[in-house]
Amino acid sequence: MSEIGTTKVLEDNLVTLRRTSGLGGYLRAIGAIVWKDLAAELRSRELLGAMLVFALLVVLIFNFALELDIRTRETVTSGVLWVTFAFAGTLGLNRSMAVEKDRGCLDGLLLAPVDRSALYFGKALGNLVFMLIVEAIVLPLYSVLYNTNLFQPGLLAVILLGSIGYVAVGTLLSSMAVQARTRDVLLPILLFPVVLPVLVPAVKASNGFLLGFEMAEIWSWLNLLIVYDVVFIAVAFMVFDYVVEE
Amino acid sequence: MIDVRGLVKTFGLKSVLRGLEFHVERGEFVALVGPNGAGKTTFLRILASLSRPSTGEVRVAGYRLPAQAAAVRIRLGVVSHQPLLYGDLTAEENLFFYSRMYGLINPERRVRAVLDMVGLQARRRDLVRQFSRGMQQRLAIGRAILHDPEILLFDEPHTGLDQEAAAMLDTLLRDVAARDRTVVMTSHNLDRAADLAQRIDILSKGVIAASVKRTEIDPLDLPKLYRSVTHV
Amino acid sequence: MEPMPKVLKALNWITGALFVVALYMVLFFAPREAVMGDVQRVFYFHVAAGWVGALAFLVTAVTGGIYLARGERRWDLVALASVEIGVIFTFANIVSGSIWARPIWNTWWTWDPRLVTATVMELVYLAYLMLRQGIEDTDRRARFGAVYGIVGFLSVPLTFLSIRIFRTIHPVVIGSSDPTALGAFDMIPKMRVAFFFSLFTFTFVYVTLLWHRLRLQRLSEKVEQMKMKILSV
Repeated sequence: MSEIGTTKVLEDNLVTLRRTSGLGGYLRAIGAIVWKDLAAELRSRELLGAMLVFALLVVLIFNFALELDIRTRETVTSGVLWVTFAFAGTLGLNRSMAVEKDRGCLDGLLLAPVDRSALYFGKALGNLVFMLIVEAIVLPLYSVLYNTNLFQPGLLAVILLGSIGYVAVGTLLSSMAVQARTRDVLLPILLFPVVLPVLVPAVKASNGFLLGFEMAEIWSWLNLLIVYDVVFIAVAFMVFDYVVEE
Repeated sequence: MIDVRGLVKTFGLKSVLRGLEFHVERGEFVALVGPNGAGKTTFLRILASLSRPSTGEVRVAGYRLPAQAAAVRIRLGVVSHQPLLYGDLTAEENLFFYSRMYGLINPERRVRAVLDMVGLQARRRDLVRQFSRGMQQRLAIGRAILHDPEILLFDEPHTGLDQEAAAMLDTLLRDVAARDRTVVMTSHNLDRAADLAQRIDILSKGVIAASVKRTEIDPLDLPKLYRSVTHV
Repeated sequence: MEPMPKVLKALNWITGALFVVALYMVLFFAPREAVMGDVQRVFYFHVAAGWVGALAFLVTAVTGGIYLARGERRWDLVALASVEIGVIFTFANIVSGSIWARPIWNTWWTWDPRLVTATVMELVYLAYLMLRQGIEDTDRRARFGAVYGIVGFLSVPLTFLSIRIFRTIHPVVIGSSDPTALGAFDMIPKMRVAFFFSLFTFTFVYVTLLWHRLRLQRLSEKVEQMKMKILSV
């Protein structure tokens, strides 16, 4: 209490602010949000922990459900992987937005003098990092458990592109779902039918790389993925304002 | 500093604010009192650029809302019911995060100064999750004054605080007000409002039903006035 | 009770009459298809229902966009009404397709791109309705509805494209030669007339239903307002 009594006025009243409207301020805001999400997660490890355990459980269930012997394994691996990522991803998306909602932090972000799309990109980038971390752990485990080599540059590129598209839509929709009464069940219902055009080419392209298809065949899938990523990011960028502002 | 004319806010079919008029001079400390559901929070959220007016003109620091929201936001500090802090970050980290969002130059110095001011220097490395309600509220005020805003909006800042924490908060509020800042605070506690503010506005049924300067009214008459305008 | 507007009354009659004519055309005027027989007659209303579904969702996306730009509630009401109609007609489209497929493809269902896309589209708009149900605040409900209506509408053709390309790359899958639509049999002029007349009629059905739905909404809101007034007195 005495601390407050003695410091009546701040020693330095001069608080200087940078312009937050330019590109520098925009990128700084994105960086601040990503840093904040990572710092919080590094401490609690709630989100990554849950995503990882869940992902491994899904892989395990598939093992029994599909009898993953060598022959079937080759053809279903890409499907199993993407279903795993998609399911684990919803956990991460939900949690990451719930953090913003719980102590009213979303209002705190909205009060900051930065463009709303910076909030979107900040959250999306953070979500992407979490998703990639989970994938980086699931892939080697899957490789060891099922004795398949998943570390092909092509496959990794597909996983990156697919995750970008998934997170682009997912971040937008999770920021809506989290504001609904039924928020825990709503996200997968909203997300899965809409994100299908990302998942289909992602599964197909992954499959192409795993089965050693011709590059010419795989390219059409990669092109589709890139187009969808761009389309979804652009749309989310345009409508995000309406999702967070009243 | 704040200029509101004919403000109407409707939610679906329900109108919460009905042609509200409100003016605050630079450096004034205004308390907004009124019964629950009178629209205090809604009004404050509109001033804070968090909610759009349905119709009417809202000017804060000379800028129109919602069109020039960005210019308003940088001059505005807000303390709401909720602390707007991240539980998994320390006190210090929360302030550093917000100083980046506001584009503060030299945040280290400012963060230290603010932590001193709200008396949390010793707890700066502790997670906000472990803070008591009172400490969270103090840090929330620290967050709001971080960028040294000209205007401060407080929405029921005393909610959930024990006596000691509330007294601490009063000291802080007086501190802020003494530094020539414009303050608007909502409260449901008449005594507290009369104690802190220079002017008391009573919000009832979506309009300012009465507005009195503290110097012009005997604090004992305030409850009577309040009852007469809220129970029509 | 406010009286029904004259134009709407007229529209009721016109739509009813059109529907009777369309039924006649589909059942009697159009000739019996040589290979498939009478079951081919499902095709006319099947495609027309699909058309109304797509049209309805397009209207939702457009009015959603207008709502976001202008913030006027009536656009959101149109968007919602349109989704409700679209969901019903898409359902009719899927079911009638199934009825047709049973004798023709010898199965109720195949994973043909069109079937999958129609189903995904139905799921998107069921999700739309669930989203709205989960939100109390009317403004927010309208905004989220508009956003999801736009995102959903963009994603549906992309889904179709994905699955379509998937089938052309792997021609092993049945149904790649599009037996559902125009390509599978040659429409003779009389069939074509019946076909376009069905589309025309269903468009009228859509407009009429939409109008009624909006009127119903307005009336129920009026009742709500009256209730509030009475309770507050």
